[in-house]
Amino acid sequence: MNRSSGFLAWFMDPKRRGPMLIAPAITVLLLVNIIPLMWSFGLSFFKYRANTLKLPKFSWFYSYEKVLTKDNIWESLQTTAIIVAGSVGVQMVLGFLLALLFASQFPLRKILLMFVLAPMMLSNVAVAIYFKLFYEPEFGLLSQFVQSFITGEMYVLLATPAGALIGVIFADAWQWTPFVMLLVLAGLVSVPKHLYEAAEIDRMSWWRKFTTITFPYVRSLLLLAVLFRTIETVKIFDLVFILTNGGPGTATETIGVLVYRTAFQFFRTSNSAAMGYILLFAVIVLTSLYLYVIKQRESEEI
Amino acid sequence: MKKRAIGHAGWLWTSLASVVAFIYFFPVLFIILTAFRSRSDTLATPPKWFFTPTFENFYHIFFRSMSNSTEYVATGFHVYFFNSIYISGMSVLLALIIGTIAAYGFSRHPLRGNDTYLFIILTTRMLPPIIVIVPIFLIFRITGLAGTYTGIILMYTAFNLPFSIWMMKSFFDELNTEIEDASRMDGASERSVFFGVCIPQVYAGLAATSVFALILTWNEFLFSLLLTNKLTRTMPPAMARTIGGEINVDYGLLAAMICLFIIPIFLITYLLQNQLLRGVTFGTIKK
Repeated sequence: MNRSSGFLAWFMDPKRRGPMLIAPAITVLLLVNIIPLMWSFGLSFFKYRANTLKLPKFSWFYSYEKVLTKDNIWESLQTTAIIVAGSVGVQMVLGFLLALLFASQFPLRKILLMFVLAPMMLSNVAVAIYFKLFYEPEFGLLSQFVQSFITGEMYVLLATPAGALIGVIFADAWQWTPFVMLLVLAGLVSVPKHLYEAAEIDRMSWWRKFTTITFPYVRSLLLLAVLFRTIETVKIFDLVFILTNGGPGTATETIGVLVYRTAFQFFRTSNSAAMGYILLFAVIVLTSLYLYVIKQRESEEI
Repeated sequence: MKKRAIGHAGWLWTSLASVVAFIYFFPVLFIILTAFRSRSDTLATPPKWFFTPTFENFYHIFFRSMSNSTEYVATGFHVYFFNSIYISGMSVLLALIIGTIAAYGFSRHPLRGNDTYLFIILTTRMLPPIIVIVPIFLIFRITGLAGTYTGIILMYTAFNLPFSIWMMKSFFDELNTEIEDASRMDGASERSVFFGVCIPQVYAGLAATSVFALILTWNEFLFSLLLTNKLTRTMPPAMARTIGGEINVDYGLLAAMICLFIIPIFLITYLLQNQLLRGVTFGTIKK
């Protein structure tokens, strides 16, 4: 480009093209994500409450100690683990079955597929509001169904700890099963047809075909689906916050809701920062595992 | 019934799939039906499946809603609706521009440690918003950005940026670089290679990236809940606020608001069906 010296030439130097192209993006991410994260990392070593004017006081690992020795973080980690295991488990099974249903070509397939994918486009808030209505004892569909066909009494799902967990898991699994279906579907469609034809000639049983041909093609995608959904479900907040608000008691208080409450209801700002970092660590491990599997899969295919 | 996997199945399979799709779609169908029910039909027990459709719920979003039969109260939902359009539109556009440039950089002029940058960028998207929001809330309070359009648009731009970068990078990676090299040989400047050669080849990618980013932004709840005030609030927190009191929740109105977004998006996504897998996995899985 032009050879004139000065700032512009330095700026346009082909050597700096790569860095210059990504600079705006990196700047935004630094400003809005990285620096705040470092800020809260610092904050987690101080004693600070956002609703008072007292200056932060340096306190070493006090917040971490406080957070880790109190029981409710372990309780909420357990709750989160139950919801993740339940929801991701249901999503995997149902998603796989749905993918098997939609793997073959049939008339109207594309349109029907869209109907199944619709829940993913809803906001978590919409899902939470309407599942709250479905679970509602008086007007809710669930209660009315139970009332007219099974017990003849109103059914209050969200009142018991187990019921509330099931309610949350069901709503979340319903919304995200299409995600797993999409991934599995991509795997099923990628199986070369001639393998099935060969298997047909060999008179392989359906189960043999499934384990020796189909499964190897969807294995890595299944793993990716589990990882991706786990990362996303660990963060679960909106649904629980609106559907049960962590209740009854603290039965559905996931780690997201706990951090929210600690930070914005009890204003234990530094404690919430410390909790956040424990969560961040888990997410980083899961994300690197996810990208590792992606890399593996790409190198296998080429 | 032997056609378990790939292969052609007939109308029998279609009818089976229709039943499954209907059951699966049922809660969404319920929401859509609720949007067209009149107020007295909304909470009928047992639910009314056949009713005369009405547009009064859609009308009430923009004008007035009845809090009870005698008194008329403005809902203010038209404000939230336009806030949502403005905030998500602006932030998706900004993220798309910055993200596309960065994605081009990552794809064509890799830096040392390219993968590390990309990993960090993806991690900022994967990490729970609740971690970022605590310091952001404090910073916005100090800088006065809390409750302003600038603040929330900046937040959402950063929220969409990792997604845009990964999506667009996956599209740029697929292009054949020979065309670019050929036009460079013909003396095209770097700028015209980018705008004249690369961008026209990724129009579908730009469309897919903006639509999926729009869905994510429109539906985002936590940032908007904490960083907006009653003038800049977007739809999800506005909707969530209405269900505080258990008694007078206007489900019809809420359903109408959900429909205003979901129906157009539903149709657009149908056109982008081939990019859907990439869209939901942030561009990490292509096929």
